[in-house]
Amino acid sequence: MAEHTIKAFDEEIDTLRGLIAEMGGRAEAAIEKAMLALQRHDRELAAQVVAEDKRIDAIEAEVEKLVIQIIALRAPMANDLRDVIAALKIVAVVERIGDYAKNIAKRVPIIAVNKRTLEPISLLPSMGQVAGEMVQDALNAFAARDPDLAVAVVERDTVVDDFYNSVFRTLVTYMVENPKTISECAHLLFVAKNIERIGDQATNVAEMVYYAATGNSLPERERGPSEIEE
Amino acid sequence: MTEEQKSLMPANPKMSARDVKVFYGAKEAIKGVSIDVDMDNVTAFIGPSGCGKSTFLRTLNRMNDTVASARVEGTITLDGEDIYASSMDVVQLRARVGMVFQKPNPFPKSIYENIAYGPRIHGLAASKADLDIIVERSLRRAGLWEEVKDRLHDSGTALSGGQQQRLCIGRAIAVEPEVILMDEPCSALDPIATAKIEELIHELRGKYAIVIVTHNMQQAARVSQRTAFFHLGDLVEYGVTTDIFTNPRQERTKDYITGRYG
Repeated sequence: MAEHTIKAFDEEIDTLRGLIAEMGGRAEAAIEKAMLALQRHDRELAAQVVAEDKRIDAIEAEVEKLVIQIIALRAPMANDLRDVIAALKIVAVVERIGDYAKNIAKRVPIIAVNKRTLEPISLLPSMGQVAGEMVQDALNAFAARDPDLAVAVVERDTVVDDFYNSVFRTLVTYMVENPKTISECAHLLFVAKNIERIGDQATNVAEMVYYAATGNSLPERERGPSEIEE
Repeated sequence: MTEEQKSLMPANPKMSARDVKVFYGAKEAIKGVSIDVDMDNVTAFIGPSGCGKSTFLRTLNRMNDTVASARVEGTITLDGEDIYASSMDVVQLRARVGMVFQKPNPFPKSIYENIAYGPRIHGLAASKADLDIIVERSLRRAGLWEEVKDRLHDSGTALSGGQQQRLCIGRAIAVEPEVILMDEPCSALDPIATAKIEELIHELRGKYAIVIVTHNMQQAARVSQRTAFFHLGDLVEYGVTTDIFTNPRQERTKDYITGRYG
């Protein structure tokens, strides 16, 4: 895209994109680490996820400040306006994604408390991986102004939803067979729900990216797991 | 005009231009512009200097007639009537299609006379009492009455720039025009005087078909419902103002309004 006549405007937009790329990288890492901590009963790694969420929150505040500054001083128009508004909305969503990862990490010590092997745990990392990739791709789509990649993210949400339904059924069956594990498994249900929500939020980001890149909205679609089981 | 362009044109046009070309000598300043303007929407013409927006505006009340080298082709109608037809009375046309200029240009006469002059020569007032009514009504519509009602016989040139511009708008209104053309009416005014003119434009919308040429894109965004972007004598894009400023279809429009115009 051609440069603005006013160079400082381009620099500010670049800074904005840099911050959002960093935020996306951190959110994806938080999801990955939380899943790893869950699998390994690693309290230290879980505590690290909780601590590192502060930086994600800080980036959100920084982006908000920069967006307000750009709107006030540069009066952005057209695709510039769509970009900065999308940035403002995206950081609020990614902050939420960071919170879901943090919430998963916070459950690790409780799930690990009895040092029991919980077979259904093995299903969660692949679900977490798909959701994490959706987050990463949604933000890559923003960086590259790539509407096709955004559409691909939206379409992948059903994978996470299917995972969720499958994990839900597996956990319920497991709890029936192993009533002593109900307390831990209940937490795993929340973990699965959090990952499912991360997928939904990544989809929201992708929709904002699509609008910013094209000026048109994606058609409305079904949200959340197809079967109402919660 | 394509079907899409047609669909963006207002339903009840007050003025219609079709394939209008303007030549200054051999130079083609306007290269076949087709556009409709109506009473319900303020239409803004934007574009870089030399793009032809002012030249085109001036074709709408034949101000280009005064430029010896200028030649206009195509058709422009007012209520379906060809304004370039030989039967058209140009003085009458300019009463129906009034104009406000960049620099406020009140007559070096009293505030009262500035307003009363037009209605008097056009025979719109039968008596002094009629004229008083027209003067008050015009100044009220121009948002100036409260500020000048106690000094109607002071010179118009003694007013501030913003007041002078509103006086000129009042003068245009006084002859009961159908269309008001404004050529960068705020470029010589401070932001407060500008805001007053913009508010006035907002109030006049619906009573007159208003067309405003402005260099200030924010102003076009604030006052208009339709925006036309001109570039190098072409009408590049014409559409609903919100669309033009949030999602322009043409690359040239986008580059211009986002500040990427080289």
